[in-house]
Amino acid sequence: MPDYNLSYFYVFVFFAVGALFVTVLLGISKLIAPRKPSLEKSRTYESGEEPVGQAWGRYPSHFYIFALLFVVFDVEVIFLFPWAVLFRSLGWNGLIEMTVFIAILVVGLYYAWRKQVLRWY
Amino acid sequence: MPIGPFGIDPTIWAVLRLVIAVALTIFLVLNGALVQIFLERKIQAVMQDRVGPYHTGPFGLLQTFADAIKLLGKEDIRAKLTDAPFFLAAPAIVFSPMVASFVVLPFGPDFTGVNLNVGLLYLTTLGSMTVLGIVIAGWASNNKYSLMGGLRSAGQLISYEVPGILGLVTVVLYVGSLSMVDITNAQPGPLVNAFILPFAFLTYFIAALAETNRNPFDLPEAESELVAGFLTEYSGMRWGVFFLAEYGEVTVVSAIMATLWFGGWHGPGVDAVPLLGVIWFTLKTYFFVLLFMWIRATLPRLRIDQLMGFCWKVLIPLALVNILLTAVLILAFPDPRLPIAVANWALVALLVVGLPFTQRRRLLRFRTRTRESVGMRDARLAP
Repeated sequence: MPDYNLSYFYVFVFFAVGALFVTVLLGISKLIAPRKPSLEKSRTYESGEEPVGQAWGRYPSHFYIFALLFVVFDVEVIFLFPWAVLFRSLGWNGLIEMTVFIAILVVGLYYAWRKQVLRWY
Repeated sequence: MPIGPFGIDPTIWAVLRLVIAVALTIFLVLNGALVQIFLERKIQAVMQDRVGPYHTGPFGLLQTFADAIKLLGKEDIRAKLTDAPFFLAAPAIVFSPMVASFVVLPFGPDFTGVNLNVGLLYLTTLGSMTVLGIVIAGWASNNKYSLMGGLRSAGQLISYEVPGILGLVTVVLYVGSLSMVDITNAQPGPLVNAFILPFAFLTYFIAALAETNRNPFDLPEAESELVAGFLTEYSGMRWGVFFLAEYGEVTVVSAIMATLWFGGWHGPGVDAVPLLGVIWFTLKTYFFVLLFMWIRATLPRLRIDQLMGFCWKVLIPLALVNILLTAVLILAFPDPRLPIAVANWALVALLVVGLPFTQRRRLLRFRTRTRESVGMRDARLAP
């Protein structure tokens, strides 16, 4: 087996062990914990009141706008990583190209800023 | 792979090594959580002029064990309205990436799970998978507090991920590798990256506080307003798994800071005794863990608009400036260490000195606005 695949096999095993560990912990808990379900216990918590409707409703749209901004900047970061590794061999050309790329995104951020998107209320 | 260390066949060694690594990691996670919870309670107690746990065992050392056993023995309550599959899967979704993060941490020379050549990218990826678990937990709980906590957490984590990664990219730029082992090897002497790239460290440190939901960024689980946020509906061991994951997460980000900026396993005497590196690494990691606790005892919680504003209007622009500045200086100078250090420290000074000024201006503007409105009210009320 090549070394490269072996590395990712390790990663996979760690993921699996993490999930397995949680399962085992919860299994132990299930074995030793008491189980006396009642109507009152299985009601959703709402500060001691009867819950009003479900929680799956509307929520502030700020979250959506910030998520959009995040997607833009996260993609930028994905492009920054390989550039940063190969930076020395790319030299000034690479730097200028990356500056243009970042500048375009900064203009976007400035636009969002001026549009009052970054204000929470 | 090493050819037969300890006289063991390489194939068997590969399997054996994996088993040892997994066992050690689980041990570290559990042990780390126990130690950290105990330390956190004791340190908080000392800082707040209390005694802290002291009944169980010497200095209350066994308190955390007692708590763990209590959690295991608690009834597992699940509200009727929850979305069962996701509600049950959420703890594992948060926990499993945290365990997997330990694979690439360089504990000492030749003491790394695997030396992935994309180590840092891998760590950031796993770090953002926590958000997924938290949002799923918040949504599946079908509780208004949980939903708000989950969404706030998502907003906060995705926002602070950007400056955090920008801080990491600056180090990658400077060192030229994503592998955690290479980054450690690049700073053997006392001149660690923290002196050369302090601003990158500052951005990552602040982002790390936010990513691990620690004070002053603990809005997702703000006890006094959201009754524990996305954790409201969780109880017993399911809640305990979230807790374990949170402390594991703190260890991972502390280890990243120790590796990237403070030389990882390097320290006096490591060349002679390689195993000493593990001790140095642990000490450096726990320094940051303790720093997190200190900050928790010192600072009040931020408001959500301050939180988002600080990230998008201050940290991200400055971090971008820092990256471009560092890049230019690396190309312009044959030995760029001093210029980069000067530029970075200047940015740190700008942030530390400038922030109170901008806040003061905002405060003054707010005051005049209030005074005007009060004046208008008085004029209206006047006869």
